[in-house]
Amino acid sequence: MKTVTADPKGVDAGPHFMDGDHALAEGALAAGCRFFAGYPITPSTETAERFAERAPEVGALFIQMEDELASIAALIGGAWGGQKVMTVTCGPGFSLMTENLGLAAMTETPMVIANVQRGGPSTGLPTLTAQQDMMQARYGPHGDNAIIALSPDSPQECFDLAIEAFNLSETYRVPVIILTDETVGHMHEKVVIPPADQIQVVPRNNYSGPKEDFRPYKFDCQGGHPMTRAGDGYNFHITGLVHDERGYPVMTAEQGKVVVTHLMEKINGNADKIIRLEEDQVDGADIVVVSYGITSRIAVKAIQDARKEGIKVGSLRLITIWPFCEKRIDELAGKVKAIVVPEINYGQMVLEVERSAHGKCAVISVNHCGGAVHDPEVILDAIRKANK
Amino acid sequence: MTTDIGKFKKDSPMSGTLRMERMPHIWCPGCGIGSEVNAFAEAVKRSGIDPKKLVVVSGIGCTGRVAGYVDFDSIHTTHGRAIPVATGVKLANPELTVVVFSGEGDLAGIGGNHLIHAARRNMELVVICNNNFTYGMTGGQVTPTTPSTAIASTTPYGNYEYPFSLPFLADAAGATYVARWTSMDARNVTQSIEEALVHKGFSFIEIISPCTTLYLRRNRLGDGVDALQHYQENTVLKHGCDTRETAIDYQGKIVIGKFVEKIKPTYLEAVDKCCVKLVGDDYQLYGKTIPEREAEEKAEKERIAARKAAMQAEEVGANE
Repeated sequence: MKTVTADPKGVDAGPHFMDGDHALAEGALAAGCRFFAGYPITPSTETAERFAERAPEVGALFIQMEDELASIAALIGGAWGGQKVMTVTCGPGFSLMTENLGLAAMTETPMVIANVQRGGPSTGLPTLTAQQDMMQARYGPHGDNAIIALSPDSPQECFDLAIEAFNLSETYRVPVIILTDETVGHMHEKVVIPPADQIQVVPRNNYSGPKEDFRPYKFDCQGGHPMTRAGDGYNFHITGLVHDERGYPVMTAEQGKVVVTHLMEKINGNADKIIRLEEDQVDGADIVVVSYGITSRIAVKAIQDARKEGIKVGSLRLITIWPFCEKRIDELAGKVKAIVVPEINYGQMVLEVERSAHGKCAVISVNHCGGAVHDPEVILDAIRKANK
Repeated sequence: MTTDIGKFKKDSPMSGTLRMERMPHIWCPGCGIGSEVNAFAEAVKRSGIDPKKLVVVSGIGCTGRVAGYVDFDSIHTTHGRAIPVATGVKLANPELTVVVFSGEGDLAGIGGNHLIHAARRNMELVVICNNNFTYGMTGGQVTPTTPSTAIASTTPYGNYEYPFSLPFLADAAGATYVARWTSMDARNVTQSIEEALVHKGFSFIEIISPCTTLYLRRNRLGDGVDALQHYQENTVLKHGCDTRETAIDYQGKIVIGKFVEKIKPTYLEAVDKCCVKLVGDDYQLYGKTIPEREAEEKAEKERIAARKAAMQAEEVGANE
């Protein structure tokens, strides 16, 4: 997709000391997001507050909706109204948003949803960290659809990945979810915002051809098909029903297959282009720790200590959570003794690692029920055991 | 003689406002939604607003299908979420006229929270609510407006809940234009929608309408014509009526009329007022200052007036 430099109005360039939640809002503004609809929920609210505070000077609009159902609904309207749109939430709110996450996926509406995860289930641990919504982000809405999810491990990466999230969302016309956690969300660190001319953003791709040729959809298992903006005269129609390329309902199994295949394959088929990983000393390693978000920073300590003990440990950090890096895990599984997967849930992404390893190596889950980060010693123990 | 469907569609007076390629529609014979859509299309023409700048948003259900038939930008949303989607459209591009066309189950049942909050904010939307006292698409279940004692598939022994009076609800929540008609009052419905399309604020128009297949049949109330007969004999026109007095009893009197029409700052006007105080005269929303947006709005109003005058002249010409 073609990119342009960021609109300087949204870029507060320079070094900052801010938390991950605030950095998400700054990343969104830098990416050109000008409409934010949200509902307060700990520990994500600061993103909404930052956007609300910055909106007047940037020329953007913030609205606090009556609930999360309405927040994400307003994003669908806002996106087809012509704006880049975002919301933020966490577990309980994300559960409500899954309703229209499905509609957004079905209508191929670009939007960014940040989920600053807290401990669950239900109201759970409102102020304490977790990584328990990894599967919900992928499988939350009913029916088959694919989304993209990214996981930052620092406030700086919250900023960077917010921009990346918008770019992917515009490219593939798909909701992109930023799966961060309370720790990263509330952690204050240095965040350097580059000047606008060093930030590349994917602008909205609006159709401009003759009206009779306009189609809101193209079921070619690719991204990049232009959309339109209400008021531009193309009289678009979009629906959550199975539809044809004009957007008109078609109630047949055959058309259902066409639509679902497209929704799945535009993401799965482009996984190699979408996926970003960070690897450290993976070549020649006996053990690889696969982690993401705040847990990847906790794992660093365990990995360093294990190396001091002479264990050959590599690290693979998932920056892209969905689509999952199954090819890379499959490759590694053939070369290592074990893959260790620490995560702040009862074992979610470890299921993907197991699936992708095809039984070629041991896969060890280091789970945690939420409310705190791992003790690095627990991860170290798992590495030691894996190396035996 | 056989009818040439293609020619019929092309020559239809509704061509240009309805997606004729999607006809025939799904609504039952005797249902009121068709005449409401007709009135809506007529109101759009008569109002002089630019159809390119009109967006129709519907929820789920029989009335939820309206968005699929109107030849404007149109969005068919999830159940109950038409109003927040419409809110997003309006806020993303304030130049647009945004209409929500849906049923009472969608708007006052599952979407009731959104209805009251959009009214509270005086969000500039036109909400047209087809109230047929039943969930038609799913087979005739009780809704928040089904009159007490009426039979529905989920109240087989009669409804024992208290119904909402929607004009009272909308008024209490802050709507600045509230009217109620029946699907028989085609001229009033057209007139009311025409007014609402240019009303600056949250408009709520309830249209009482017969569900022949489910509500009427299950309650042994006859067919569509019997329903219209009932409306003719039992509606009471009371413009400006206190909305507390608009409750509908089973087969009782139906108060119709324009109950509320007032002006107070809309949501976007309130945003502007706050932000200009904060940022100063340079304040822009989506790259446009308030004077720039006001000038555009004024120019659009003039174009609307000119189109409306031309439309009226054409009507006079046609009548002569």
